[in-house]
Amino acid sequence: MQNAKPGDRPLSDPLSQDMTTPGAVISARGLSLTFQTNDGPVHALKDVSLDIKKGEFVSFIGPSGCGKTTFLRCMADLEHPTGGSITVNGVSAQEARKARAYGYVFQAAGLYPWRTIGGNIRLPLEIMGYSKADQAERVARVLELVELAGFEKKFPWQLSGGMQQRASIARALAFDADILLMDEPFGALDEIVRDHLNEQLLALWARTGKTIAFVTHSIPEAVYLSTKIVVMSPRPGRISDVIDSPLPKERPLEIRDTPEFIEIAHRVRDGLRAGHGYDD
Amino acid sequence: MNGQPSLVLRIGLPLGFGIAVLVLWELFVVTFDIPRAILPAPSEIWAAIQRSTEILWVDWVQTVLKGALTGLVIGAVAGFAAALAIDRVDFLRRGLLPVANFVAALPIVGVAPIMVMWFGFDWQSKAAVVVVMVFFPILVNTLAGLAATDRMQRDLMRTYSANHTQTLGKLRLPAAMPFIFNGLKISATLALIGAIVAEYFGSPTKGMGFRISTEVGRLGIDMVWAEIAVSALTGTVLYGFVVLIERWVTFWHPSQRRSR
Ligand SMILES: Nc1ncnc2c1ncn2[C@@H]1O[C@H](COP(=O)(O)OP(=O)(O)OP(=O)(O)O)[C@@H](O)[C@H]1O
Ligand SMILES: [Mg+2]
Repeated sequence: MQNAKPGDRPLSDPLSQDMTTPGAVISARGLSLTFQTNDGPVHALKDVSLDIKKGEFVSFIGPSGCGKTTFLRCMADLEHPTGGSITVNGVSAQEARKARAYGYVFQAAGLYPWRTIGGNIRLPLEIMGYSKADQAERVARVLELVELAGFEKKFPWQLSGGMQQRASIARALAFDADILLMDEPFGALDEIVRDHLNEQLLALWARTGKTIAFVTHSIPEAVYLSTKIVVMSPRPGRISDVIDSPLPKERPLEIRDTPEFIEIAHRVRDGLRAGHGYDD
Repeated sequence: MNGQPSLVLRIGLPLGFGIAVLVLWELFVVTFDIPRAILPAPSEIWAAIQRSTEILWVDWVQTVLKGALTGLVIGAVAGFAAALAIDRVDFLRRGLLPVANFVAALPIVGVAPIMVMWFGFDWQSKAAVVVVMVFFPILVNTLAGLAATDRMQRDLMRTYSANHTQTLGKLRLPAAMPFIFNGLKISATLALIGAIVAEYFGSPTKGMGFRISTEVGRLGIDMVWAEIAVSALTGTVLYGFVVLIERWVTFWHPSQRRSR
């Protein structure tokens, strides 16, 4: 467990820069990404190193613009790092993407308006060549999971924003990928639905043993869900703290009132404050 | 604001206006005793239509069915295919697009006589003129449509590691449809104009353009107006037909959505 104090250098890797940890599903080493914009370079990520082990639930939390989405997109091979390296399942991010190693939930739902909700969830299944019967069965199952059963034939624009977001989660769960990359999937949902989906997600994670990388702005959500919380700070985007959660795997919602939970939440909050203080 | 106006209002209103215009027109011609050669009354035009149904039908088949529609279908398919090719192969984008642009700038009065020399006096040369006229609008609109997806929609396909054909069929073509239909609506109008005007530069002794030009010479102005009426009606129906298919295909687009 490492804890960077404000003003510390970015978390540096104890191992050599080009070695990946055996057993790590996602392994970033000195990862940097600089966007060249008209207003000059933007350092979205700078020298980020992190290992995510199989079956871990890792949350990323940090102020807006600190590079959480960018980091997730690097794991998904949607963004090309300008420095360092990243491996997924022991191979390059590109090879992992080609092997359909992960499901990605974007920050916005991004459903195709010409397809029904069922059709949108079927999209990856069609592309990956699942049989018709299998498709129907999976669509029904994940719709049930996100409580959208009965909305299969509706079009996205006929649903509320939160329902669309749930459909997009169902879409990422429909096919068998061992990794789930989720970018603020519950940001648009009300507290009650959010609690419920948090529980559902934990149950799904326990049942399937998926490795999950999860971006959120909510401290309680991060603490409740994760086995590991990664606190990030902006300009340049880097990791300021990594907190391994001592909470048990079995987590009823009431766990949020226990002292352990509150203590971790405090530490996350301190980490976030420190990240802010570094700049101002 | 909410919902769509009733069917009666949507069809009745323009129909009422149309009839009002015709009535005023009739009154105007009769009251001021306008010479027939200047402006015939609607009743006279109607009489000419009834008198010459046979001729009008033959002209319509020649110009609309054979010239305009054949040309429209060939031109649209060719423009669409060219757009797919240009989209796939970057070197075509740089080579073919400027050429298509150049061809689109050719004036119809220059193209039509050349097509007559190449394809003869009959409808084939008129269809060829129409092909040249509609090719470019379809091409450009399809290309714009294929580029109209947003980043997240494309990224999604990337996360599935979808190949070119899958991305085309499941994302880019559906997204392009509103653009393609814009091209088709422009082309439907152009096709009719092209087929009629092309007949001025040589045609067999039938066709709407041929009829208009010869009847003007013989001062058969009511017949000229009869042909104009037929072509206006055809244009409206053709356009309406395209709009109908558009509504069916792009029902999901914000401009087409009905409250369900
Ligand atoms: N395609 C891009 N081109 C230029 N700059 C970009 C691009 N994508 C992201 N950035 C910049 O990189 C930085 C990190 O962006 P990123 O989207 O990763 O932040 P984030 O942590 O996900 O923020 P939020 O919580 O608001 O979603 C920001 O300063 C952003 O402006
Ligand atoms: Mg983000």
